[in-house]
Amino acid sequence: MTRYILRRILQALLVLLVMSFVIYSLIGLMPGDPLDIMLASNPGATPEVVEHLRKLYGLDQPLMLRYLRWLQDALVGQFGYSRTHSLPVLSVLVPALIQTCKLMIISFIASVILAFILGILAALKPGGILDGVISLFAFAGISVPVFWLALMMILVFAVKLHWFPASGIATVGDGGFRDQALHLVMPVITLALASTGGFTRYVRASMIEVLRMDHVRTARAKGAAEWRVVLVHAFRNALIPVVTIMALSFGVLFNGALLTETMFAQPGMGKMIYDAILGNDFNLALTGLLFATVVTLLSNLVADLAYGWLDPRIALT
Amino acid sequence: MNELVALDGISVHFHLGGGGFLGGKPRILRAVENVSFAIGEGETLALVGESGSGKSTLGNVVAGLQPPTAGTLRFRGRTLDRATWPQARRSIQIVFQDPFGALDPRMPVSAIIAEPLRIQGIGTPAERRARTAALVEQVGLPVDALNRYPHEFSGGQRQRIAIARALAPDPALIVADEPLSALDVSIQSQVLNLMKELQERLGLSYLFISHDLAVVNHLVDRVAVLYLGRLVELAPRQLLFDRPSHPYTQALLHAVPRIGRKRARGQTIKGEMPSPLNPPPGCVFHPRCPKAQDVCRTTAPILEPAPGRAAHMSACHFKE
Amino acid sequence: MSATTATAVPRTEAAIGPWRLRWRRFRRHRAGMASLVVLLLLALFCLAAIPMQHVLGMDPDATDLLARFDPPSAEHWLGTDEAGRDELIRLMVGGQMSLLVGLLATAVGGIFGLVVGVFAGYFGGRVDALLMRFTDGMIALPLLPLLIVLGAVDLTKLGFSSEFARSGAAGFWRIVIIIAIVDWTAIARLVRAATLSIKERDFVRAARASGAGPLYVMPTHILPNVATPIIVAFTLTVGRVILFESVLSFLGFGIVPPTPSWGNMLNNAQELVTTAPALAVYPGLLIFVTVIAVNFLGDGLQHAFDPRSER
Ligand SMILES: Nc1ncnc2c1ncn2[C@@H]1O[C@H](COP(=O)(O)OP(=O)(O)OP(=O)(O)O)[C@@H](O)[C@H]1O
Ligand SMILES: [Mg+2]
Repeated sequence: MTRYILRRILQALLVLLVMSFVIYSLIGLMPGDPLDIMLASNPGATPEVVEHLRKLYGLDQPLMLRYLRWLQDALVGQFGYSRTHSLPVLSVLVPALIQTCKLMIISFIASVILAFILGILAALKPGGILDGVISLFAFAGISVPVFWLALMMILVFAVKLHWFPASGIATVGDGGFRDQALHLVMPVITLALASTGGFTRYVRASMIEVLRMDHVRTARAKGAAEWRVVLVHAFRNALIPVVTIMALSFGVLFNGALLTETMFAQPGMGKMIYDAILGNDFNLALTGLLFATVVTLLSNLVADLAYGWLDPRIALT
Repeated sequence: MNELVALDGISVHFHLGGGGFLGGKPRILRAVENVSFAIGEGETLALVGESGSGKSTLGNVVAGLQPPTAGTLRFRGRTLDRATWPQARRSIQIVFQDPFGALDPRMPVSAIIAEPLRIQGIGTPAERRARTAALVEQVGLPVDALNRYPHEFSGGQRQRIAIARALAPDPALIVADEPLSALDVSIQSQVLNLMKELQERLGLSYLFISHDLAVVNHLVDRVAVLYLGRLVELAPRQLLFDRPSHPYTQALLHAVPRIGRKRARGQTIKGEMPSPLNPPPGCVFHPRCPKAQDVCRTTAPILEPAPGRAAHMSACHFKE
Repeated sequence: MSATTATAVPRTEAAIGPWRLRWRRFRRHRAGMASLVVLLLLALFCLAAIPMQHVLGMDPDATDLLARFDPPSAEHWLGTDEAGRDELIRLMVGGQMSLLVGLLATAVGGIFGLVVGVFAGYFGGRVDALLMRFTDGMIALPLLPLLIVLGAVDLTKLGFSSEFARSGAAGFWRIVIIIAIVDWTAIARLVRAATLSIKERDFVRAARASGAGPLYVMPTHILPNVATPIIVAFTLTVGRVILFESVLSFLGFGIVPPTPSWGNMLNNAQELVTTAPALAVYPGLLIFVTVIAVNFLGDGLQHAFDPRSER
């Protein structure tokens, strides 16, 4: 077991290393040149000065060498300065990461609860009307473009009904708990709805399977109340596979979170990376993407380990 | 009788993981260990033994599906290696046990039977079609079988299709890996008769793999008995059935009900075959052998003629 | 020989061809059938733009600054957008774009995944380990950020001319390729698993014993026998790809305006959501309907292909 964990962590680190190089090279392929941007704010620079700066920043060096130098710094936590924010990258990135995690965790919990309720209801009578309606809802959740769902939420609940604010995380001058909560409602609902569809289908499938199993049928035959059969006997058994699949999907949720933030103008990772790319903020974009990779790798790792731990039938070798 | 195929010191070891990066001890499964024998032109040799004794693995080696870990294979006097295998391919074909897995469900029967010809590039399409039609008749299937798919046939019929495929490139040897054991008893004798008839007509050799000595009795010229990957006895049929030399063979025969033989000699085998992952030292049969002595626990016997019978080979310190 | 002649099993119900049986099962899957009809209608809707452009002379790019944000009228059935262009014809042409990207990117990525999966499964050992580590690595990546970076890559830095980099064709192929680059892993894993189960089947071993090499076995025996799960997986991939295209085009990294796609028609919709809500509704609704129909179609196919599903 320890060996398995060690190997998985090693693997994840290797992926991260390769990925950091790929992202580093890709960022170099984005439009613009760090120097051009620097010079734009200082039009008086002579060609000699430009050449000097180029040397100073190592931009005349081959890609591999520049990458290794960057890696050296990154390993000790030096990610450089954000050009657009004029701050060290980490002091921009950490609050954004916290904001994104907040959104993700709240939505995740909401969608898991909703998925369990809907999935169980659908599994009670497969093929029934309720099952049909819930299936339609689940398919809709899988198929809806998240950004458009956000747009429609804004259209209906902010523009037409004025129930919730359309963007930001707090009203200037207010910022109390109630105000902050109101700002979170629509992003959370959007993100939760988008992932509930897939989860509901897993819960339903798992519950149907379990309800067919022998001990559940026995409990029924013994005259246990239907709700007891469903909640006590079946639910417990359906839990394990579903929970692990949900944990695995946490990484996927990240994609949705990035879009939701961008749409509702929440200052999280998604909006940060998006703005950084559009604003040629190389250091920030690079570090943001790396952290996104870390989050995804980490949630996959945890889900994998949880799976092996919960289900002893999977041999961890 | 001319030698057709000869095995010389064939061993097959499977590496079951371990030994690599972060790995534990390497685990080696010795499926076949130092086996030598030959099959003559037109001869049928039976390969018998319990489940897991390495019969299929050895059959795969002969059919070119499993490269041996050690030892060589000769075909008509030529050693088979990377360069010579391609020519030998068309002369050695294989028929499997499970008639349901042996035919591609997505292919019509005509394509299945013609496959070896297509792969080998034998004949024009028209010639291949003619040959396929002839083969279908030869194995006793209606001609309209050609345009149908495997799922439309019964097990016995599928085995006939598999035999027709094996016959297509006009082979000299067919490796038949328990071709009857998945069939109903009534069908078994039909297929067995077909194989016999084809042999007489075409002069084929068979390497007939079976765990059932009774079936073997009808068809074969010689019998090779395999135990834990080792050849323990090799003898002409009559000699083997009348005077089995190795205690293992005696026990095997004892399990076969035969008319006119008292259940006097031979003992039932006790216990189970040990794992080929760590075979016992000395004679691999000693933990189950009624005759086992100290020498059996330390020294492996070699395959030698039984007393007074030059053609009857047996690997036992106390052979009869 | 007559003694051993046997007759074939009579053609019974069970003996009808596998594809007929599947079609029969598919027809019973109501959502799947409805989706098939919806998708055919959608394709017809998008293709109708061709005669409308050539016969009626409607132009999806013709701007009319005097007719911005017009409500629906006899001339413009769905009204006009922020540049006075006819919304209906733009939806139709944009749909062609979105569907084409969906199909092409699925084909490119799917074929790549197919090849990776077949090779990994068939050869096993080192090849398998290498390819699957690669696939696992891909799966572990944050998809959307990666797509955005790939979408932002400056083609001139890769040695393409700047005219080409700005052309519509470049924008189109770039999005097809970047989506294909990130979305092939599901198919690769599926094909690998299926290949693993097929390559040890006796009919494959019989072919190998006759001298067949991998280049014969893969197309002749492996691919036809893994077709079933692959068809379902391809279908579901099309849905996902259409969503990716819409996101990227929406964010401005995909199909470049003025060429319309359902995604980039929503570009400005966010700012305009108060003034012209209809412009934000139509393209998204079409994406939604298309993707949901594709997913239901996949569900129906799965049902039709699953031998355990009743009849
Ligand atoms: N590809 C393989 N990898 C690892 N072990 C194998 C492989 N093929 C066979 N073995 C092992 O080799 C031994 C011999 O197997 P083999 O199939 O040859 O036996 P058999 O005599 O044909 O048995 P049966 O009567 O059940 O068909 C068994 O222990 C088996 O588990
Ligand atoms: Mg066998």
